[in-house]
Formats: sequence, C-alpha cells, structure tokens
Amino acid sequence: MKKIVIALLFIGLVITASIIFLKPTEAEQSNISLLKAKYSKKHVSSVDHSKFDILQKKFNSPQDATAACISCHTERHKEVMHSNHWNWEREEYVQGRGIVYVGKKNAINNFCIGVEGNEQSCAKCHIGFEMTSSMAPLTDPTNIDCLVCHDNSETYAKGNEMAGAPDKAVNLNLVAQKVGRPMRSNCGVCHFFGGGGNNVKHGDLESSMFEPSADIDIHMSPETSNLVCVDCHTSENHMMKGKVYSLSSMNRNRSTCEQCHTETPHDADILNEHTVKVACQTCHIPVYAKANSTKIAWDWSTAGKLKNGAPYTEEDAKGNHTYMSIKGTFTWADSLKPEYIWFNGTADHYLLGDVINDTTKPIKINTLNGSYADRDSKIIPVKIHRARQPFDPVNKMIIQPKLFSDKKGEGALWTDFNWLRAAKVGMDEVHLPFSGQLAFVKTEMYWPINHMVSSKENTLSCNQCHTRDNSRLAGLNDFYMPARDYSSIVEIGGKLIILLTLIGVMIHAGIRISTNRKSKKEVHNEI
Amino acid sequence: MKYKVYIYKSFERFWHWMQAILIFMLAATGFEIHGSFTFFGYQNAVKYHNVSAYAFIVLIVFAIFWHFSTGEWKQYIPTIANLKAQINYYIFGIFKNAPHPTRKTVLSKLNPLQKLVYVGLKILVIPVMVISGLLYMFYRYPQKDAVESINIASLEVVAIVHTIGALLLIAFIITHLYLITTGETVTSNLKAMITGYEELEDEDKSTKEN
Repeated sequence: MKKIVIALLFIGLVITASIIFLKPTEAEQSNISLLKAKYSKKHVSSVDHSKFDILQKKFNSPQDATAACISCHTERHKEVMHSNHWNWEREEYVQGRGIVYVGKKNAINNFCIGVEGNEQSCAKCHIGFEMTSSMAPLTDPTNIDCLVCHDNSETYAKGNEMAGAPDKAVNLNLVAQKVGRPMRSNCGVCHFFGGGGNNVKHGDLESSMFEPSADIDIHMSPETSNLVCVDCHTSENHMMKGKVYSLSSMNRNRSTCEQCHTETPHDADILNEHTVKVACQTCHIPVYAKANSTKIAWDWSTAGKLKNGAPYTEEDAKGNHTYMSIKGTFTWADSLKPEYIWFNGTADHYLLGDVINDTTKPIKINTLNGSYADRDSKIIPVKIHRARQPFDPVNKMIIQPKLFSDKKGEGALWTDFNWLRAAKVGMDEVHLPFSGQLAFVKTEMYWPINHMVSSKENTLSCNQCHTRDNSRLAGLNDFYMPARDYSSIVEIGGKLIILLTLIGVMIHAGIRISTNRKSKKEVHNEI
Repeated sequence: MKYKVYIYKSFERFWHWMQAILIFMLAATGFEIHGSFTFFGYQNAVKYHNVSAYAFIVLIVFAIFWHFSTGEWKQYIPTIANLKAQINYYIFGIFKNAPHPTRKTVLSKLNPLQKLVYVGLKILVIPVMVISGLLYMFYRYPQKDAVESINIASLEVVAIVHTIGALLLIAFIITHLYLITTGETVTSNLKAMITGYEELEDEDKSTKEN
C-alpha cells in the first residue's frame, strides 16, 4: 500500500513538472515563414514609363524632366515639398527647449560640421536642384529631383559641386523612361556616403549594402530575402518611415524591427522577456562595419598642414584616408563591436549658438536619452564617433567654419587653409559671433546601429553580456545583471565561510582518524 | 541489545534524495548563472535552474503535507536539552569513542544540534531561497504599460539575498556530508537513509517495528 502511494506521488511529481515545462512544440506556421512568403513576391509595375510620349521629348534641363513628371503626377510635388528629404528640417519637441526646428540648418555634426555656407557641395545629396547658398527656401516645384530616388536604370548621378544638378553626362530621357520604386542604389548613393566618403558616418550603411552577402545583412542580401530599403522604410505620400538621431529628437515615426517581427518573436520565453529592456539590434547586430572601415575619430586640429605649399593626403593599407590637409587626421576601424547605451527614443542636439560652459568632458553633439529606470528605455548598440573640432573658448560655442568655396580668397578652409579666417567667415554666415580665438574641443556623436543584421546563428550568446570579464555591457552600470554583477563582500565572505567549513571538517576528520587508530592499537595491545 | 529499526519511511527517503539531487542541480546551475564558472552554457543553466526550482517547490509542498499529516514536524521542535552535551560530543567525545549523547529513536531521530540546524533551514534559509528565487524569476523591469509599484528598481537586493542563501547551503552541505560519517559506524547513517533501517540501541521495544 505504502509503495503504491509513493509511486503515485512520484508519478504526480513528474507529471506536474512536465506540464509546467514541456510545452508542446507549436506546429503552426512561424512568423518568419509568413514574412518570407510576403517579401518574395516580385514587385510588378503597373505602368511602363517608356511608352509615354512626354518622356521621349528631349529635356533641356533637369527641371524639364521634373515638369514632365508633375504633368501626370499632378499633386506629388506638394507631398515631396512637405517631406524631410526636401526641407532638411523637422518640427521637434525637445525636453528643455520646447518646440524647435531641428535640421541640417542648425544642428551640426562632428564630421564636416555643418551644411550652412557649404551648400553648393552638400547639395549633391539634396533631392533638389539650385541649392546654391544660405539654404534659401526652395519653392519652385520643378527644382525637385524626382529621378535621384526613382531612377531604376542605375545611370543617374548628381554632379560634384553643382548645387544638386545631375552630372552633365546623364541621359535624362533614358532615366525618365525607367523610373520606378526606389532600389537600394537610389538610397545608398547618398546614405552610404554621408560625411564625404563610403561608410564615414553610419558604420552600418555603406557600399557593401548595395549587394550585401548574407553574412553582412541577412535581410538585404540577394542570397536571402533581398529586401530593399523601402521595404522597411515604407512611405506614405512621400513621408518615409524611420529617421536617424543625428537630426531627429522625438520618439515617433520610427522604422522598427517589431513592425514585422513583433515584440516577442523568440521561441524561448526567456529571450522574449529580454525585449522589454533590450532592443533587437543589441543581440542581432554583434558586429558592424563588416566589409569596409568606418571612421571612428576625426581630429580637425591637425588640418591645414601643407607639403611644398600644397595640400596632401595620406592613406592606410586599406586605402582609407588617415590624413587630409583640408580635414585633419582620421581613425578608421572595421568589424567593430558596437558600444551600448540606454535609449528611450528621444534625443537632444547641439544646435548652432548653444553655449557650453563645461569643456572638461566631451561635448555631446547629440544626446540620446535613457536609463535603466526609464520605463521606455532599451539598450541599443551605437557607434560613437569621437572628434576634436573647432571651438570658440570666449563665446563658448562650437564653430561652424567656412569649408568649401569654388575660388580662393573667400575664406574657405579647403582653399585658403586659414583656420581663423574660416571660423570668422563661417560664423558670420550663420550670424553668430566669433571672438577671434580658436580652440579644439573633444566631441562625441552617437549613431544607433540598425543595419547589418546577422543571421540567427551569429547573434550574441548569453555570456557575451552575462559574464564577469569583458561583458559587452560593462559600461552600463545603473542596474544589476546576473553573472556580471556581484557583491564583493558576499563573495569574499561566502568563500571564507566555505573554506573555513572545509578546513574544519578536514581537521575534525584528521583527529578522528588519528585517535581512532590509537584506540584500535590500544584495544589490540590489551588483547 | 541492538535492534534493526525502520527509522526513515519511504516518503521521507524519497523526499531526502530528491531534495539532494535538486539542491545539487540548483547549486551547479545557480553558480553558473552567478558567473562563478561555465559548464552547461548560460541559457541551459537558466533553463535547468528554473525547472529544478519548480520541481523543488512541488517537492516542498508534498513534504509539508507529509510532515503535518504524519506529525513528523514535531521532530524539528528545537530544544536546548542535551544541546551542550551534543556540542561537547562533537568537539571532544567523538575522538575518545565516547557514546552518542542523544539516543536515536523513531520518535526522536534528531539530536538537538540537528533540530536546531534543520529547523533553521526549514523556516529560514529555504523560504528565503524560494521567495527570493520567485522574485528573481518574476520581477518586473521598469517597463511600458506597467503598474509602477510592482516594478523593481534593481534586482540587486534580490540577487544578493539569493546568493547569500546559496553560499550558506553550500557550507551546510559540506558539514552535512561529513557528519554522515559520524554514526555508529562510518556508513551506518548513509545506509539508514538508503534502506530506511538502522540498528539502534533500543531498550523500549514498543518503538521498534519488527
């Protein structure tokens, strides 16, 4: 009877345990296979633009081509002229500042610093023509550059220092007849080369992403799902989803992994639980700048050195510029582990004219807000670009220097190599004071890493973060993380107690054994 | 006169050995989670630790029921009678082959030191481990759409309490394993916990079963 009870108890225990832990494997179709099916459908255009007469006529200017577009797409230009791509600024609410207009006009970076005064050159990446100077509002809809985004012939290219106009060699008729949905190349031609060269800025967006291997990007590789940028960065009325926090401030209109994958895409609950505090990117992008180097540091203070009176450049073995007379000294790196920060989706920016009193620590060009205690914050991977850039120590402002000019003598650094003059002219153009004194301060700029997603097999394993030594999250110390953290008092105290117990037991056993032998001997002797 | 006495009932033995296995598993996986070493792999360690923890809780529920339904819980009421003699025995008497100061019977199988330590485990260390363990599993990070008051500002206190308990249990187990050897013979205690039978010096025949 008793044995039966015991057996029943044991069986009950096993059954209870198995009900709790061994959930049946779900046979339903996984989210991933549904997504694969959805994105493997080929996009078929509903019209063939080569059959339209208006696109056969010779265009005398790029504006003619745009006018032809607008003649059919009669309202689209209005959408474009409301877009961030056109205006290069957004209305944002920033904590402590209120509502501000943040954009390339007033927010600076720690690469080429700013657009203002350098439009002629920077306009190579504006979706318009005739962007000559002082960011004057562009109101003529025929100045919209439809083709730069919609060219599917891959022959369109903007000219250098032409205020946004296409290269003279481009056959506008051919391009206009082959327009369509933007491809990776349409976006990449600007977004991969920001900062004046491939992969200078982002680290996770660069020329290898035109046709990435599956190792570089599991989503965009032609070997896998072959996604294009606009598959995730969807648009409605020319408003693109997603933005980068070099210029954005508010937690809105973000393009996220969750929009396809949901917030709980894992089979294991313990992994889904992590998504409360850890962004997808943190584990799924263990390495960035996988194919080509990205710039991680820029020292403007060395700019201006000349050899035999002429500017020069130096390169490293991989062909990256390490020194340029016009820009200073650069540091590059590839296959980088990201740095990690808390981020809640809101940011602040250094805006032209902001006064910085504390220059002992690096000035944050953009501040990504967040902390463990903030309920909206998650850990995200970032590239931090560190720089030394010109600063006015009297007015305590970061200097926007005049960099580019097509002729000598206008004060541009890149032609005249005179820092004080470039600072004076540059600050004049943005209507800010310059004291005549120039210093160089350390700055940091934060670039969230969102692309170059690795395959499932190559994601971070638990113990890259949950470990005592070299944890990836060693720098985030506002919370307790198992395996990484411990109380040294408890650790030492515990070891001591265990050690003393062991020693005590051994001494006790030793005495027992020796006295036992003695008494056995005595017994033996007695016999 | 020595009698063979059925001292550990089958459920008691089952409970004891299941507990031994589970505590061993919990310690091995727990200290991996703590970052002390790598063996199972971190994710596996967490998985096994959680499974063992739930199994342990189920076992505890059965054990509590057994203790109360059989009245065995009375065995654990601490007493200071003979406590000094028992300590003296372990410090001095044991080396002189002195007899055990506490006579083991079916109705009183624990010596005063055991009563004290086991009751401490049962009402202090184990409950603290179970509660801190459950908090560890189910605590809520500061998160969206959350009830603010049940968010945990930091896991630190929970984790450190859980660690202290684990370290104390390790010290207990070392002592426990050693004290097994201090029965009538080196192996008599171990044999008793496996077979249930132990040879006891027993004059009162009413307490023996066969």
